[in-house]
Amino acid sequence: MSHAFFITASYALVLIGFGALVADAARRHATAKRLLAELDPRGDRP
Amino acid sequence: MTIKADSSLSGAASGARSLHRFANPGRFLRASARVQVWLWVAAALVLGAGLVWGLFASPADWQQGETVRIMYVHVPMAWLAMGGYTALAGASVMSLIWRHPLADLFARELSPVGALVTALCLATGSLWGRPMWGTWWVWDARLTSVLVLFFLWLGHAALTRAFEDQERGARVGAILALVGIVNIPIVKFSVDWWNTLHQPASVTRLDAPGMHVDILYPLLTCALGFSLLFGAVVLARTRAAVMERRIRALQLARARREEALGA
Repeated sequence: MSHAFFITASYALVLIGFGALVADAARRHATAKRLLAELDPRGDRP
Repeated sequence: MTIKADSSLSGAASGARSLHRFANPGRFLRASARVQVWLWVAAALVLGAGLVWGLFASPADWQQGETVRIMYVHVPMAWLAMGGYTALAGASVMSLIWRHPLADLFARELSPVGALVTALCLATGSLWGRPMWGTWWVWDARLTSVLVLFFLWLGHAALTRAFEDQERGARVGAILALVGIVNIPIVKFSVDWWNTLHQPASVTRLDAPGMHVDILYPLLTCALGFSLLFGAVVLARTRAAVMERRIRALQLARARREEALGA
């Protein structure tokens, strides 16, 4: 295996890992915001 | 002497009071919304610049060649794994002493991110070790103590979710986090205390960094970028958790109202 493989695999793992974290946080945030708007239309929201 | 002690006590008390202002979910969500946007923007800019610098504009190492570029992702993961755990211990102190509800939520949302970052540190270290040391893994003190740190993160994430009563889960998780903090100096100084295949500290040496600035600066830029991204992700997760808690309370109140009307 060439050095390029190890470098690419390292960067890909980190980017996929953080990408998944960002996507999950955005999904949870959007779902929570929508549900809050339904349940408490006049409440405290960001 | 007495005056000094009194002033430090009042400082601590005012610090705790100002932290308790954010126990109000609405106030926390409003204040953090502004910080959140800036964190995402700063993380994207700094990390983008750091990764391009590290991958394309920094020189290869005279000994390791191009493989040294793995350092720009591996070292920030290692620092975040240890720094994040120290933050977890800080939140645990706040949770146990001041019973701050936000500290509980922060710790609960931090541990899965910390576990992933530690796993990435181990995986990228392994990918760096194979071409440099000729092996994916050795049971030396540094690698083993980071593996223990990974299990501590996983244990905290599992424990805080194992109880139906979330507050009880937070208490037990906080105790585990504080017991586990003893592992952080072991990780840090393992390369000095024992003979390890892992190299000793080269950036955080007190006398002088053991690397050229052409490699050091992109590394520090990547570390700052990943730290900002880590902070943005944990803040976004904590904000989502605050909203989810409010949703559960509203759903429970609605169910009770409907039950009362039905009866």
